[in-house]
Amino acid sequence: MESPLKIVIVDESPVRAAILKDGLREAGVSQVIHLEATTNLLARVYEIDPDVILIDLENPSRDMLEQMFQVSRIVKRPVAMFVDQSDTASIQASVDAGVSAYIVDGLKKERMKHILDLCISRFNAFSKLQSELDRAKTALDDRKVIDRAKGILMKAKSLTEEQAYVMLRSAAMNEKKKIAEIAQSVITASEMLK
Amino acid sequence: MSTRLRIGFIPLVDAAALIVAVDKGFCAAEGLDVELVREISWANVRDKLNIGMFDAAHILAPIAIASSLGIGHVKVPIVSAFGLGINGNAITVSPDLYAAIKAAADGDLLDPLVTARALARVIAERKQKALEPLTFGMTFPFSTHNYDLRFWMAAGGVDPDEDVRLVVLPPPFMVDSLANKHLDGFCVGAPWNSVAIDLGIGHVLHFTSELLQRVAEKLLAVRAPWAAENPDVMMALVRAHARAADYIEDLGNRDEVAALLTAPGRIEVTPELILRTLDGRMRVAPDGTVRPSDRYLLVGRDGAARPDPVQAAWFYAQMVRWGQAPLSNDLLAAAKAVFRPDLYDAALGPTAPPPVSEPADGIGAFTGPAFDPDDIAGYLAACRRPG
Repeated sequence: MESPLKIVIVDESPVRAAILKDGLREAGVSQVIHLEATTNLLARVYEIDPDVILIDLENPSRDMLEQMFQVSRIVKRPVAMFVDQSDTASIQASVDAGVSAYIVDGLKKERMKHILDLCISRFNAFSKLQSELDRAKTALDDRKVIDRAKGILMKAKSLTEEQAYVMLRSAAMNEKKKIAEIAQSVITASEMLK
Repeated sequence: MSTRLRIGFIPLVDAAALIVAVDKGFCAAEGLDVELVREISWANVRDKLNIGMFDAAHILAPIAIASSLGIGHVKVPIVSAFGLGINGNAITVSPDLYAAIKAAADGDLLDPLVTARALARVIAERKQKALEPLTFGMTFPFSTHNYDLRFWMAAGGVDPDEDVRLVVLPPPFMVDSLANKHLDGFCVGAPWNSVAIDLGIGHVLHFTSELLQRVAEKLLAVRAPWAAENPDVMMALVRAHARAADYIEDLGNRDEVAALLTAPGRIEVTPELILRTLDGRMRVAPDGTVRPSDRYLLVGRDGAARPDPVQAAWFYAQMVRWGQAPLSNDLLAAAKAVFRPDLYDAALGPTAPPPVSEPADGIGAFTGPAFDPDDIAGYLAACRRPG
């Protein structure tokens, strides 16, 4: 039985931190602490005394953590960057995913590898989720625009909803544009002609 | 056929030559298609340069050396054929600490030895009253800011590891931390001192050029093997940056340069803050007092862009002095090899040497022994002798 790991996550995104926390729990790490604020970050890290620190690369606090490597009296335990010279593939994957890891000396490499892989996949899953959300939001916005344009056409030309949609769609096909783009021009034009 | 490059930078005024080289089209004229990537931390810049996600980077000179020596992180040899700036930092303190130093001073506050000794008295008094140690902010363990602060404090008899707290903070947070009294002072580059002064929450005590006349600040750095594999691109980069540095130093171009530097995605402060830094007309007190300096930040003038291995040796000496690196001839040689004047000369041909008014030892410290790049042990021993 390995000793229980204590992991600190420094991430300004609470959603991503929660996703990561879940993953770590499933992997059997029960002590996961999420730190959000920059204020007194080092003091809190020393207080918690974690085995592993995970930080998102968009976090300006990363340079503060680098201070822990310094020879200093206030450091309780030496903390070292996980990645060693031979592990360029791992560091590349983690930087790509947007996460960096720091561990205390002496933690088993295989165990850390497992945690980092998990981190990378969760961070990638999060950005996929983020872009899906963005896409969904755009789709919703597009539908609103199309609905408004349909309304304008129905009123101006006494069309049914279906006829208005067919008109937008054929204009889009003729001009090789998206229906939402045509719809937006209809809205703009009608506002200018008001 | 143009060469595509990704170059990382931190939004600071000393990224000027890089930003102008790209946005003014000097890189394009050399056949380089450069994508500038703004970063949020020095650790990110270092890692992305080290693993090849950046071809080159705007980076603190001591980080390039630490990376080459394998201190504090993975060992990746870095070289630079172009210096992005000499000097450019200042020490700012809170109004409370300024008042305390002023009260304890026995001479001109413009004299760093006077302020350093006054600081030592302030600290002794605080110890007697069992008050918390003073806390100073700097940007990175391997930074000019760290070494500047330590050099100044030590000159007054303050032990920077025992008598004060030195903490790393991202520059944008320094100003807030000074305002809410988490910090008593900080050493940082432009534009952050000016931001604190304009908010009325700090006094500039010293420009670091008043402590050390000539210290390399940021480098345009690349991985050593990359430089060897891409000699033509290296030459093109140096030429484009030399043109940019000359352009910036031409007073007639300053407004245009300030507009380029403050464009979206670049530094994003007001052009006026940039001009103050480039022109060396810094406000130093909340009442608007201006302290002119002709060496606040040297972008390309006086031989500032030509990498000088003496500077690299001085950084290595600081790393040894403050316990970051062991002393060895091999490490000293490796540190010096980061700065490549030979590559600079290969790209530009013979250039004018620094004027004779520049410090004879290449550094020009306000106190202590002259620097000797070939005898670090002797230099450090002389530093430790009470002056």
